[in-house]
Amino acid sequence: MEKNDYINNRIILNKREFSWKTYFLQWEWLLVLILALIIVVNSTLSPYFLNYNSITGATMTFLDKSFIVFPMVLIMIMREIDISVGSTVALSAVTMGVLYNAGVPMILALLICILVGAICGFLNGYLIAKYQLSAVIVTLSTMILYRGLAYVLLEDESAGGFPEWFNYFGWGYVGGVPFILLLFVAFAIISSLILHRTVFGRHVYAIGSNTKASKYSGVKVDKIKIIVFTMAGIAAAITAIFLTSRMGSTRPNVADMYELDVIAMVALGGISTAGGKGKMPGAIIAVLIIGFLHYGLGLINIPAQFLLVITGLLLIISVTITNIKFKGSKRK
Amino acid sequence: MSIKSQEKESMLFKIAKHREVGLLGFIILLAIIIQILNPQFLTLENLNDLFTNAAILTILAIGMLLVLLTRGIDLSIAATLALSGMITAQTVSAYPDLHPLLSVLIGIFVGTLCGVILGLLVSKLGVLPIIASLGLMYVYRGSTFMVAGGEWINAHQMSASFKAIATSNIIGINTLIFIAIIVFLFFYYFMTYTITGRRIYAVGSDPESAKISGINIEKILILVYSIMGGLSGLAGVLWVSQYASAQGNTASGYELTVIAACILGGVSINGGVGRITGVLLGAVLLGTLNNALPLIHVSPFWQSAIEGAVILFAVLFNVIVNRKYEKNQLLRRVI
Repeated sequence: MEKNDYINNRIILNKREFSWKTYFLQWEWLLVLILALIIVVNSTLSPYFLNYNSITGATMTFLDKSFIVFPMVLIMIMREIDISVGSTVALSAVTMGVLYNAGVPMILALLICILVGAICGFLNGYLIAKYQLSAVIVTLSTMILYRGLAYVLLEDESAGGFPEWFNYFGWGYVGGVPFILLLFVAFAIISSLILHRTVFGRHVYAIGSNTKASKYSGVKVDKIKIIVFTMAGIAAAITAIFLTSRMGSTRPNVADMYELDVIAMVALGGISTAGGKGKMPGAIIAVLIIGFLHYGLGLINIPAQFLLVITGLLLIISVTITNIKFKGSKRK
Repeated sequence: MSIKSQEKESMLFKIAKHREVGLLGFIILLAIIIQILNPQFLTLENLNDLFTNAAILTILAIGMLLVLLTRGIDLSIAATLALSGMITAQTVSAYPDLHPLLSVLIGIFVGTLCGVILGLLVSKLGVLPIIASLGLMYVYRGSTFMVAGGEWINAHQMSASFKAIATSNIIGINTLIFIAIIVFLFFYYFMTYTITGRRIYAVGSDPESAKISGINIEKILILVYSIMGGLSGLAGVLWVSQYASAQGNTASGYELTVIAACILGGVSINGGVGRITGVLLGAVLLGTLNNALPLIHVSPFWQSAIEGAVILFAVLFNVIVNRKYEKNQLLRRVI
């Protein structure tokens, strides 16, 4: 009996004890607060903002690039980065347009678009994992390469004239909800589950906190990196489909600077580029923050250039706050 | 292993060790091929053009070298360039009698200010360079548009003396080339022979040891980003003077070309590795590609794809040769 008690006293809890205080002091709740603030300010600034049609309509305009945010979260947790995603969007969109104009059926063109995105992402992942190259270097070169290939394919022309049903991606509704919003929610749930509820997700965190240690403990680092970068390529192709559908045509210079917008959203979501930190919900809220911020400022006719300044300041201030927070917790 | 094959391999490794030699060889090879395809390439006039266009890239790449050496990166340089170019152009159009040297100083001042802000964010607040410079890129680019108020500053609003900064010739050679040479020589001396220059290398190769040996890392970081900002400001004035127009989207995306030139020149993104001569050659190689492809009738739409492929090839080649070299070193130790 005594022995048992002794053991019982030494039980180490598997989970940290739940406390409301630490729960609400998380970065994600601060983001929710910012989002709420933006929505309140928006609705006081414009009487047209706070109704269902306006909000769902708004999501159609900014959600296209959000699909890249999900894999980018995984990439940045792994301490890598992908700056070629904007070019991948352009290359897969242009390939789709060129093929369709050459007489390929639209369905097949869509599939090839996804395939092109996957190949672009795979190449990034393969070079980074197999040659242990820095992701900045690889994706910087492929960024120039993919964008260049898009120009080779379409030169300075544009490809359009897609079939009627293709508009559905960008403008269609399912039971009163925009199709793109439904897909965004589905992606958000699936990728949150992948990151936070699967072994794969834990491995991603492990790679980010300590690549070598995780390699020696049996995590297939190379394989996971290649899979995640391929996912980013596929996500870029999905963005390409929605973007092309919304605009009705495509050019080699579409999705310019998308990579930086996406990285800004992920960083604002509390994912540290130092690796191993951050959660998926943060990034999802950050997408909505930047989206509604832009939409709201557009409603009251604030010039687009001013948005750049605000986005930049928001990014710097939020990252600085997280930094101070992490420093504080370290000292304890 | 026979002596002969060992000698052969050591040749390869010498090239790997002195990356500049390999790069120079590649540039010469490229030049010979282009010259055969189009004899117009190696004329004084075209070379003047080539180096004029590579000059601004060289100036920026030298600054980026310092930043990359400290394990940092600066994505805000193109926006800094645009902002300081725009402010200078507006000052020049408001005061046409302004001395050209003074306008250059204004640009450098604005650029340095931008750089100091980034340096403070990185060193004092500990924000990662890639995030801090990304945020500031948005801020500076937006500020450029706002300062401009949606307007462009055009050639007729600039004084002749201002436009002459980047377009006049001295003994038949463009002034931009002279400016780039001066910047290069200054920083060559600075990085190789001064204590501060060596400290920049020390901070990048091992921050912990650098700190222990008494180097003030924060000071070095602020210095490095200020220099980068100052050079971007200088480049901004030169850019506006060369193209005789200042726009909100001047040099948009150019930061990545600059980083590409550094990578071609053998600078490591992980800090501590890279030489200024390599960076010069990297910039010249990119300049040569830009200049020569139209000469040999390559469609301009192929340019970017070829550039990307060359950079990727150079990076892979470098890694493969380095791996072999390291493997060989290890084998030797075993024997």
